Amino acid sequence: MSLTAFATLLERLAFTPQRLGKERLLADAFTRMPDPERGLMLAALTGDLKLRQVTPSLLRGLTEMRADAQLFSYSYDFVGDLAETIALIWPEGTRTDPPLSEVVHELATAPKTRLPALITARLDSLGPSERYAYLKLATGALRVGVSARLARTAFAAWANLPLPQVEEIWHALQPPYLDLFAWASGSPRPEAAARAPFRPVMLSTPTDLDQLSALDPADFAAEWKWDGIRIQAVSDGGTRRLYSRTGEDISTAFPDVVDLMAFDGTLDGELLVRRDDEIASFADLQQRLNRKTVTPAMLRSHPAGLRLYDVLIWNGQDLRDEPYDARRAVLAQAVATLNPRIDLSPDLPFATWDDLAALRLNPPAAVIEGVMIKRRDSPYLAGRMKGPWFKWKRDPHLIDAVLMYAQRGHGKRSGYYSDFTFGVWNGDDLVPVGKAYFGFTDAELKDLDRFVRTNTIERFGVVRSVARTKVVEVAFEGLNRSSRHKSGVAMRFPRINRIRDDKPAVEADHLSTLQAMLTN
Amino acid sequence: MARPPLLIPRPEGLYCPGGDFFIDPARPVARALITHGHSDHARPGHGAVMATRETLDIMAIRYGEDFTRSRHIADGAITIGGVTVSFHPAGHILGSAQIAVTGGGCRIVVSGDYARVPTPTCARFEPVPCDIFVTEATFALPVFRHPPPETEIARLLASVAAFPDRSHLIGAYALGKAQRLIAALRQAGWDAPIYIHGALHQLCDYHVAQGINLGDLRPATEGKKADFAGTIVIAPPSAFATAWAQRFPDPVIGFASGWMQVRARARQRGVELPLILSDHVDWPALTATITELDPAEVWITHGREDALMRWCEMTQRAARPLHLVGYEDDAE
Ligand SMILES: [Zn+2]
Ligand SMILES: [Zn+2]
Repeated sequence: MSLTAFATLLERLAFTPQRLGKERLLADAFTRMPDPERGLMLAALTGDLKLRQVTPSLLRGLTEMRADAQLFSYSYDFVGDLAETIALIWPEGTRTDPPLSEVVHELATAPKTRLPALITARLDSLGPSERYAYLKLATGALRVGVSARLARTAFAAWANLPLPQVEEIWHALQPPYLDLFAWASGSPRPEAAARAPFRPVMLSTPTDLDQLSALDPADFAAEWKWDGIRIQAVSDGGTRRLYSRTGEDISTAFPDVVDLMAFDGTLDGELLVRRDDEIASFADLQQRLNRKTVTPAMLRSHPAGLRLYDVLIWNGQDLRDEPYDARRAVLAQAVATLNPRIDLSPDLPFATWDDLAALRLNPPAAVIEGVMIKRRDSPYLAGRMKGPWFKWKRDPHLIDAVLMYAQRGHGKRSGYYSDFTFGVWNGDDLVPVGKAYFGFTDAELKDLDRFVRTNTIERFGVVRSVARTKVVEVAFEGLNRSSRHKSGVAMRFPRINRIRDDKPAVEADHLSTLQAMLTN
Repeated sequence: MARPPLLIPRPEGLYCPGGDFFIDPARPVARALITHGHSDHARPGHGAVMATRETLDIMAIRYGEDFTRSRHIADGAITIGGVTVSFHPAGHILGSAQIAVTGGGCRIVVSGDYARVPTPTCARFEPVPCDIFVTEATFALPVFRHPPPETEIARLLASVAAFPDRSHLIGAYALGKAQRLIAALRQAGWDAPIYIHGALHQLCDYHVAQGINLGDLRPATEGKKADFAGTIVIAPPSAFATAWAQRFPDPVIGFASGWMQVRARARQRGVELPLILSDHVDWPALTATITELDPAEVWITHGREDALMRWCEMTQRAARPLHLVGYEDDAE
């Protein structure tokens, strides 16, 4: 793939809002491009290319040798993105179209002292969109909305391979992924050669009392659903890794947990901030998650630990085909040998679904989101299938809020106002407390859209401010304290549950209601 | 005794004491000379208006026949009071003109908005030698180097071919840009019907009546959703925020504007297919025009004055910003 083709792909990805559209673009690129270019392209998009980090100040310095510093600064102010400003302002020269692999190789291997001359020479011989792609590559910030997860999904769909199998080996592979593409064209599946690979996790489907009543409680085990981060802890011949449930390696953010992982196996559990016996809130955990590096002070004030649900592999033995009960027996024995900061998520005793419903309504800790229900004979399966595992969440929190702002949606929702900001009362004022862009039915969307069009009171760019008369019932999963929001609270997974045309705006909820939810 | 200056900036707009008239005033005045029909330059309610025949027609279409009490078609050199004025093509939109004002041995050219990329929709910009050149600065930053229109049209047609089940909904301002876009599509060989929003009808009809070939234009109101698959639909950008946009199948939203060169601008508008199609001079054309005319002084009306001032300083040209109010530089 030439740099021009890569630049075109970047541009298309950046301006294609829909996930499916992005997947189509990637599939098309996999087909058209040769090796090793397509593998490098993939690694560049997912942030897995390890190139020399070119600093903004180096680029700024180089540009000021080609353009007037003051005009450059006016331009940067206007454009707002350094790579884009430089790509646009750099004087036109001869245009070449080097292979992506050549450019990548150069940026990966050039000695630091040669970088300025090298970058200048490249910029002198590229067109504007190639310069943009080149600079994004060099600074390592592509931002075209392609996550590693989306890339894997697109690859699996394109290669017609099961996604769990792709996920299982992905982390062991290195750019330019020659063996991966060979697998897609019929070669045997590459071995997960690297140590401590990620195994696709088993997921549950939601349920309720109606559905459960058709099932025999004796066939199922139950445990709390802890509100932390679902993880997979892998320790394999001395290599330790902590993965999120989508397979992102989050080990560096949690060195304290990695230190505790003195075992050989693959465990499934929840990552939690734990202070002695108490499990801290999700907000505390988020503070850890948002840090790139962890300070000793943070390790002391927000110590993390694990609460285990399941075991996939133990001392070299793959237990995934064993029934749940047998795996839990292994897990219970295993936990006994570990540091107490890693413990077992306890089994909940129950005889009837009503017993379980009573437990669920009155959990012993605030960080419990509901209960998990697992078939005792179920093997550990990759993915989300209905039947073996259920989640029975605590009912979502509901509040009545007033619609404040609206923005148009993308793709199939083009032309509809489908992104809504809503607020609650704080004294005589409404204060925004969240945004929602789903939860409503098609008919409700039409109703909301019509309301926005006929009740706009002000416009700010693409955002419309609407008359404060429409009440909506907002459902959400939890509430965090937030210093970034004016209201001081941030909702988790807010969605518009229904429209409350029966309620006047004055009867919407008050901020104090939300604040009260924070404290208990 | 010093003579009064030929033109002076006033709150209403640029004023000529010798001829007692304003050029493109932002408020109603007794006598106005108008460069072109865009609403920030041509406003209703002046006592008398002098402009090209096309600009007068366009003002009547937009504001009604009573937009002024008396109309004067600009033709050749005309003496007004102690000064002579003449209108010269600006290459911006149909009827657009630069206004040359001559008096006391000095000539000022007020260029209004202008472009140097040729289009079948209007006469080409004519360089008029002058002592003072009054210029816009809409795209006066060195980052604005607009690609040739043909490459942008080719991108649009490639997208239409790539998504045959979707319609392409392209935003373009109703006066000038829409017709420039349509004419460029026709030049590129796209001879299928082009569907247009109701707000474009009258102005497109007027272009056709002036002998400009826009091909088969149809109202975008007829037909079922599926009929619009694979079609190009042109509408003023404001239409995308209305229920009107809901009639098209999974539309690719495009926008034809010089601003589309900046990604953040395209994203702000929720554009999937940004088309860089401008009817103003970009940075190379702007600086080349000033170099070519080589006036003793450059006056800057609206846009990014500070960058153009800096360039004049670097090239040792006398320049001043006029700080005129009332011009929109976003409506491009
Ligand atoms: Zn104009
Ligand atoms: Zn203008």
